[in-house]
Amino acid sequence: MSAEAIQSRRDWLLSERPASRMQARLGRAYVAWRRFSANRLAFLGLLIIIALLVVAALADVLAPYSPTFGDLKGSRLLAPSAEHWFGTDDLGRDILSRVIFGSRWTLYVVILVAVIAAPIGLLVGTVAGYAGGWIDAILMRITDIFLAFPKLILALAFVAALGPGIENAVLAIAITSWPPYARIARAETLTVRNSDYIKAVQLMGASPFRIVLRHIMPLCISSLIVRVTLDMAGIILTAAGLGFLGLGAQPPLPEWGAMIASGRRFVLDQWWVAGAPGFAILIVSLGFNLLGDGLRDALDPRSGDQ
Amino acid sequence: MSRDPTSTLLEVDDLRVTFPTRTGRIEAVRGVSFSLGRERLGIVGESGSGKSQTGRAIMGLTPPQAEVTARKLAFDGIDLLAASPRDRRALRGKRIAMILQDPKYSLDPVMSIGRQIVETLRTHERVSQAEARDRALAMLEAVQIRDPARVFDLHPHEVSGGMGQRAMIAMMLIAGPEMMIADEPTSALDVTVQLDVLGILDRLVSERGMGLIFISHDLRLVSSFCDRVIVMYAGKVVEQLAASELGRAQHPYTRGLLNCMPKIGADRHPLPVLDRKPEWAA
Amino acid sequence: MTAALSVDRLEVVFDRFRALKGVSLEVQSGESFGLVGESGSGKSTLLRAIAGLAPVASGSITVSGKKLGARRDKAFYREVQMVFQDPYGSLHPRQTVDRLLQEPLAIHGFADGEKRIQRALDEVGLGTGFRFRYSHQLSGGQRQRVAIARALILEPSILLLDEPTSALDASVQAEVLNLLEEIRRRRKLTFLMVSHDLAIITHMCERLMVMQSGEAVEHLTAADLVERRVTRDYTRNLLRASEGFVRTA
Repeated sequence: MSAEAIQSRRDWLLSERPASRMQARLGRAYVAWRRFSANRLAFLGLLIIIALLVVAALADVLAPYSPTFGDLKGSRLLAPSAEHWFGTDDLGRDILSRVIFGSRWTLYVVILVAVIAAPIGLLVGTVAGYAGGWIDAILMRITDIFLAFPKLILALAFVAALGPGIENAVLAIAITSWPPYARIARAETLTVRNSDYIKAVQLMGASPFRIVLRHIMPLCISSLIVRVTLDMAGIILTAAGLGFLGLGAQPPLPEWGAMIASGRRFVLDQWWVAGAPGFAILIVSLGFNLLGDGLRDALDPRSGDQ
Repeated sequence: MSRDPTSTLLEVDDLRVTFPTRTGRIEAVRGVSFSLGRERLGIVGESGSGKSQTGRAIMGLTPPQAEVTARKLAFDGIDLLAASPRDRRALRGKRIAMILQDPKYSLDPVMSIGRQIVETLRTHERVSQAEARDRALAMLEAVQIRDPARVFDLHPHEVSGGMGQRAMIAMMLIAGPEMMIADEPTSALDVTVQLDVLGILDRLVSERGMGLIFISHDLRLVSSFCDRVIVMYAGKVVEQLAASELGRAQHPYTRGLLNCMPKIGADRHPLPVLDRKPEWAA
Repeated sequence: MTAALSVDRLEVVFDRFRALKGVSLEVQSGESFGLVGESGSGKSTLLRAIAGLAPVASGSITVSGKKLGARRDKAFYREVQMVFQDPYGSLHPRQTVDRLLQEPLAIHGFADGEKRIQRALDEVGLGTGFRFRYSHQLSGGQRQRVAIARALILEPSILLLDEPTSALDASVQAEVLNLLEEIRRRRKLTFLMVSHDLAIITHMCERLMVMQSGEAVEHLTAADLVERRVTRDYTRNLLRASEGFVRTA
């Protein structure tokens, strides 16, 4: 594309007089993108997350060995080498392949938790904040009860009740992670519910349901996205923690937390067994955190709608 | 301190304030020049005219990313642009004071009004706590607060808007400044309270021989209060005239501004509107 | 002539604070009625109580002969609409003008939305160039025009105006006042307008009520004010204050 064409496209996006709904929306997204991409660290975070997605999608192609079957005879606990970049574990499995396949499970956990917990928190928080009165009191006391327990302990209790396994771990983490989202959504709702623009919608005869769904929720979503992204690291760590305690993913699933748990026994002599998945968790958590920080700056309505 | 009524307190020559933004440089003030003696000078303009930025630049309160230049910006012979940040801080409050629109935002919410006034005085003068208190009480009385001892101990949120603005004036005048910049000091107040506050301001300014820059959007109020009026549009001065001569304003913008306000008794339907000409901003 | 709007001994209480103390008024159909007073006089509260945004403790409100209950039905909102004081706060920050105008149509199930939005924008002098802008891309005057278009799009017969120009520059204020007058003439609307500025109220309204701390001080016609035929000191003070600062040497 020539420089002129790029320039005209940019002008079209930044137009003060958009000619269609689409152009207005794209223009807004473009402004947010420019603000986001100006932040180098956030961009790095985004690259890490994209890399994670690519690795997870192409795990079959990228992994040099099978993640579940190893050569028990000749390749147990080998140190990192040209053949096995991250070494092998006690069952002779290639750790690089397991880390690569483990990215799928990490993504699975993170996405499922976000998809379950964020909408629950958003709904509870906005309804409580908008309705006020006894509805607010009840919903927020329930939230408080969940918040009163340490997350991992509560998740442990749920998994113990539901039985070990990665699906139950996801469920347990989701159940324990919505309360902060409800808090954020409620706080945000309280700041906007008495504003004139919400009053104006009330004056059009809109139902409370419509006001919450179409006018209040969109305002809460950006701070929620930021918070969820920042929480991703915590979710990964909780999942890893449950895996580590043997209550999350079960062998032979190549889940990073469970991998660390099984590598614990050799951590002094064969450090790479626990070290490689640990490093993967570190990088991905860092990526989500950087991305979250960048999103906060790009999406936060207070950071200026110009 | 000389209080010669004819001396020039402030000289502003070709003042420019520029804000760098992502889409280019925005010139908020574009070459404003005027001088101030011990008089009441009104600066009038609509939003975006640069009137507030002019006041802030003189006070040294321009946001750090903005650029302030001037051929001359001197207060009582002191070059303000060349002065060190420390010297400017010393000038602020001691010799130049500023009142802002809403006292709620300018007063410290967690400190009692009296203590704020005492602190202000003690940062600029070495006086004993007892003397500072006496002077603060006297100042509160001077701004016509009926029960100064009670108000002294109140916090800003416990007083009305008019009372808060009086406390603000007391705080600003306690160190005996020679020049005061008032940026929309009464716009947040009810009309009747507005006149009380203006009356207090007027009396203090003339009694103490201060120079006053009164920044406002309200041309009629300014002309009834000030000696001289500067009309700003798009960062420039379009007209400078004596307040009493306002009826004979030359510039179409000034005349348009005067005309477009509804008046009691003038039956004009529709109201004349301002036809903005691009050459006014040129 | 029937009263388009009548308020009878209305009381509004917020947490034990009596914001309105038995205020009554009657606005004829097609009339423009003004409420004047300083902050805390209850003038905006009266407007909000009529709109259903303030808790009514006692008294009644009647619109076009129909007495209003505690809950307003959809038909009420097609009859009565409101323009708020602060154009920066009354438009949703994440919605385009188009979306803002579509919302009332969607709520009330209008089919000819496209045409109505076009017409509303034309009527307030904005044209289609503004249709897909977000509110932060508009000036104060343009925002207030959008707010007026939003209020008009349901074709109400009564418009409640809460200091619609007090946040605007003087020159923009004149444009918006002219627009409101023109719309009233064209659509034969009834106005109930709140302002702290006597000059604006006398310019816009035929009759007015002066209010102070939740009570009606006096009822006047615009002509009374012009000829200074006022009986109460409070009104006299307001009149004097509206003439600007007078130096008492």
